[in-house]
Formats: sequence, C-alpha cells, structure tokens
Amino acid sequence: MANMLKSQKTSRIISKFFTYFYLILLAVIIIYPLLITASSAFKAGNVTAFNLNFDAEWTLANFSRLFTETLYGSWYMNTLIIALVTMVVQVTVITLAGYTYSRYRFVGRKKSLMFFLIIQMVPTTAALTAFYVMALLLGALDQSWFLMFLYIGGGIPMNTWLMKGYFDTIPYDLDESAKLDGAGHFRIFAQIVLPLVKPMIAVQSLWAFMTPFGEYMLAKFLLRTPENYTVAIGLQTFINNPQNQKVALFAAGAILIAIPITILFFMLQKHFVAGLTSGGTKG
Amino acid sequence: MEYVETGKKRIRTAILLSIIPGLGQIYNKQLFKGIAFLIIFALFIIEMFNFGIGALNGLITLGSTPGADHSLFILIEGSLQLLILLLFILFYVINLNDARKVARLWAEGKKVNTSLKSVLLNMVDRGFPYLFTIPAYVAMLFAIVFPVLVTIFIAFTNYDFYHIPPAKLIDWVGFENFSNIFFLSSYRDTFFAVFGWTVIWTLAATTLQIVIGIFTAIVLNQKFIKFKRVFGIIFLLPWAVPAFITIMSFSNMFNDSIGAINTQVIPLIDALIPFVELQSLPWKTDPFFTKIAIILIQGWLGFPFIYVLVSGILQSIPEEQYEAARIDGAGVIQRFKHITMPAIFTIAAPIFITQYTGNFNNFSMIYLFNEGGPGSIGAGAGSTDILISWIYKLTTGTSPQYSIASAVTLFISLFVIMISLIVFKKTKAFEMED
Repeated sequence: MANMLKSQKTSRIISKFFTYFYLILLAVIIIYPLLITASSAFKAGNVTAFNLNFDAEWTLANFSRLFTETLYGSWYMNTLIIALVTMVVQVTVITLAGYTYSRYRFVGRKKSLMFFLIIQMVPTTAALTAFYVMALLLGALDQSWFLMFLYIGGGIPMNTWLMKGYFDTIPYDLDESAKLDGAGHFRIFAQIVLPLVKPMIAVQSLWAFMTPFGEYMLAKFLLRTPENYTVAIGLQTFINNPQNQKVALFAAGAILIAIPITILFFMLQKHFVAGLTSGGTKG
Repeated sequence: MEYVETGKKRIRTAILLSIIPGLGQIYNKQLFKGIAFLIIFALFIIEMFNFGIGALNGLITLGSTPGADHSLFILIEGSLQLLILLLFILFYVINLNDARKVARLWAEGKKVNTSLKSVLLNMVDRGFPYLFTIPAYVAMLFAIVFPVLVTIFIAFTNYDFYHIPPAKLIDWVGFENFSNIFFLSSYRDTFFAVFGWTVIWTLAATTLQIVIGIFTAIVLNQKFIKFKRVFGIIFLLPWAVPAFITIMSFSNMFNDSIGAINTQVIPLIDALIPFVELQSLPWKTDPFFTKIAIILIQGWLGFPFIYVLVSGILQSIPEEQYEAARIDGAGVIQRFKHITMPAIFTIAAPIFITQYTGNFNNFSMIYLFNEGGPGSIGAGAGSTDILISWIYKLTTGTSPQYSIASAVTLFISLFVIMISLIVFKKTKAFEMED
C-alpha cells in the first residue's frame, strides 16, 4: 500500500515536471522571436538580422528616423483611416443585418441565410483580376476607398453570421415585453437589444479594425505609389532586403503597430470565445 | 360555388394584368402600390432601350474595332447589366406573387390595405427587416457577387498580356483556359505540383496548429498550475501581434547566412543536447526546408486561436462528468477519448474547418516568408507557391495571364465551397432553428 502511494506520488511529480517543462518551452519559443525583433528597434548602427545580443549600443534614433527619413507617418495615417472607416461601416452593417436575421421572420429569410453561408465560403481575395478590371473602370487603382470597400464587403457574410448567432443568445422575452409596452422597431433594437450585444460589437470592431493592419495581398495589389501604402506593404520594403540597412527601422515600425493592437486585443480577449462559439455552431 | 368561381377569376385577372407590373395592383385597388410598380417597370424599360440592350449585346461580341472598343469595359458593363436584369426578374416575380396574394385576400373577403396611409404603414412595418438588411446586400453585391461574375466571364476569354485593351480586343475562347490548365503540359505540370503542395501545406499546417492548440489548452487546464494567467497571456501573443510582422521577422530569422536560427538557435541546441550535431540549414534556398519552416511558423501563428477556443470549451465541461467516469473506473485516456474530445469537436468542428480553408488561401504566410520561392517550377510559380500566391504572380508578373488566373480562381472557389459544404452538412450547421 505504501509502495503504491509512493509510486503514485512520483508519477505525479514527473507529470508536473513535464507540464511545466512544456509550458516554459512553449513560452520561450513564443517570446524569443518577438523579443529579438523588438530589441532590434533600439539598437544603434546597422542591424541586418534580429538576434539575441544585448551588447549593442541602445538608442531611440530608429524611431525618429522612421518619421523623418521614411514615409512611415503617412502609411500609419493611411492605415488608420482605412481601418476606422472599415470598422465603423462594417460593424454597422453586420449589426443591422445580424439583428434582423435573429429577430424577424420574413419572406426569403431562410434562403438568404443560406446565401450568406455559401457566399462566405467564396475566397473573394482570389478574384484579383476582377478587382483589377473594376478598379481600371472606376479609376480606383491606387485609391484607398476601393480597398476599404473590398474589406467591408468581404467581411460581411461571415461576420453577419457570427453576429446573428450572438443575437440569438439574447432572450426573446425581452423584446416581447417591450413590444407589449408599445416600443417600436427602432426602440426595441436600439434601447433593449443593442446594449446586450456590446461585447460582440466590441470583438467585431476589433477584428474589422485589425484587418487593414494585417492584410497584405489586396493592399499590395491595388496601391501603387509609396505615399498611399498601408503599414504592411510599407514595412515590407524595409525588410525584404537585409542589405538596404532598414531592418532596425522595420523593428521600430512594427513595435508602434503591435503595441496598440496587442493592448486592444487583450482588453477584449475575454469576449472572444462567446463570440466564436455562439455563431459558429448553430444556424 | 359561384363565390369560388368569381374568386378564381379575380385571382387570374390580377395575375394576367400584372404581366405589366402595377396593373394587377391597381386592379386590386392598391393604387399607390400599383403606380410605384409601374414606375419601376417604366424605368427598367427606358434603361433597357438606352443602355441595356447595347450592353448585353456587347457582352456577346466584346467589341469589334480594336482601339475604339475597350473589351474590358464592355465586359464589365455587360455583367452589370446582367445583374440589373436578374434584379428586375426578382422584382417581376415579387410583383406576380403580390398580385395573386392580394387578389386572394379580396376573394376571401378579408381586409385589404387600400389607402395610401395604411399601405405606407404596412410597408414600414413589414419592410423593416428588408430595410435593415439592404446595406449588407448592396455591399456583398458589389464586393463579392459582381467580382465573382466578372471572374467567371474572364475565365472564358483570352485576356492576357498579348490582349491588353484598348489596343487589342478580347475574345471568348470557351473552355480553352481550363483545358490548358489540365492538359497543356507547361501549365498542367505546374498546376498539379502547386495544387499538390497546397493540399499538403493545408493539411500539415492546420493540423499542426490544431494539435498544439488542443494540447496546450489541456495542459494549461490542469488545476495545480501556478502562474496560469501569465502563461495564458504569453500564449496569446502570436495571435495578438499582426501576423505580417511576425512572418517578416521569421523571414529575417530564417535567413541562411545571417538569420538567428542558423547563427543562434541551432548552435544553442547543439550545446544543450548531447550527441546532437545540427548544421546550419538552407532554410531559404532549399524548397524542402522552406516548406518545413513555413509549416512550423504557421503552427506558431495559428495555435493560440485554437487554444483560446478549446480552453473555453474545456471550462464548460461539468466536473461531475469526469467524477462519474472516474468512479466507473475510466482511466485518463478513456476520459479524454469519451468526454473531452467529443465536447471539443461538437462545438469547434465548424471552426476547425474554417482554419483549413483559411490556410488553403493563406497568401501572407507563403509570400511574405520567401515569396513562394526558392526557385521556379515553371509557368510563373515558385517551388513553395500555393494556388493563391500563384494566382497573385500570374496577375502581377511582367507578362500577366489574367484569364488563366481567373480559371484557377474559379477552381479554388469551387474546391473550397465543395469541401465546406460536405463538412457543414456533416456537422449539421445547415440545420436551422424554427
């Protein structure tokens, strides 16, 4: 008996050891690339590769060079404008549509829900030639409004679907009793139901906001002059050739994007799971 | 009997009159609605005569005089007109249905809204759901449906660098692009090589990120762990930091001669683990190692999403289930197999599928790490290109092949939709409430 208890104890210690070993190893693998990139932003002299080397001379000069010698400031503004417009328009549209599909039974509802589900499977970004031809016709090559339009439209089917799923989790009794009290369509929507889906709206806003910061292909394809670039394509010009002495500038520029986005991300992170599972699993 | 006869006649007359939209509604004594429908009909007829017929005709010919006719614009105008025509047909069907419905209401002696005020009120009340969804439809129509339509058309033309309008005309070529992809040796070999790697990449990278994600969630869900929040925050970082930044950083780290992996990580592994002697590896110059690298990096990038999802699910499994299983004598593995796994997969399966389809078209990972290289395997593709990055290169290269790119786009779309449909059907995402 004592023997058995002892062996159980050792096996527990071994399992604890491997658990912590795994967690720490994974943490190191995650932190290492981020740390060596971030630290390069503060290094003086010519950085050609990120590495773990803390003998370097530390400086903030890379950040000021970023704004004086490169177009980083305009790229940041461009991206910020695209991101804000995309966020506001897309979230408004999907909130209205998601609410409607959750709350109203109207002719064509089921068919159009099916349409949403199928159309969200279409990998729209692949329709490059069509976008190119449309942009030619509209004179929209190199224009950020066309990019915004594609970001907004492309995200609608999937996000409407998720939004509807979240609206479905809000009890219907609430609107029923409001209706009995004589509240109209707009009152019920704006004052009763909308406040309850704030977490999902926050999550969707963050995702819509992050898209233009991270999207590369369409931006690279449509935006042609460096002044109009977004940060993703702009920063790539710093790092695609380590010989052109801008690797440290890439790191500095990356930090200025990653920090605000990461903070926003962690502020809203607790709502992610509810947002994902409520919409993804049922109709 | 007579009542039924006149009722039937009423309905038939209303429908017949509605062949010209609006007349049936006026016959139903809904003057306002009738006039509105008539106006829409008149606008459509005027539009057809002024622009529509020419545009549809242009869609057939794609222009006849090089230099004067811009085939692309003719194609776009034709597609737009086709969309207008489809919308009108939809309106027409609604018009017929409406005439029949209201006529039946009259025949059955039920109340019908005839005054302008009540029709308007009814429209606001019943039209509310449509009003709220119209923005979504307009955006999708122009950002998704229309581009897809144009892609379909271009896939059947010869639009490439030999045929750039307005100097040259574009012509319909039927299935030539598709037969080139599948039978012409120069395209066929590239297509199947790229497609094969796309499938391998999708399966390997996505499965890796799902396995790491689930495993990490389960490990971190154990009760005894200290600093759970710290680990939780660290494990989220790869998701929180924009992917393009980390991919570009990794691209620098995996540089053959100066990158941190070859200069720091491999020497460290050699020093730490006895009897292991790794050499510097040709990450960027050997296709095999580039493939290994991007699969590993995608595992790094993609696992936090799965980890967050699965953690949430794990916390929602009631503790009693495990207790009951333990009392029944189920071991760790059995409990995992019969309680944990089913719980995860019933909730997360559809989301896992979106991860697979996402990686199938994960342009950033492939292109930003090594631009699809190293080297070339013909027809503009590099040795690690997936279909989407090949399309990008076909479209942006010095000798663009727009029509072939569009044909490949159609192939991707059909492939992804087919797979998703099969899986969604299996996971019952299509079963709706009511």
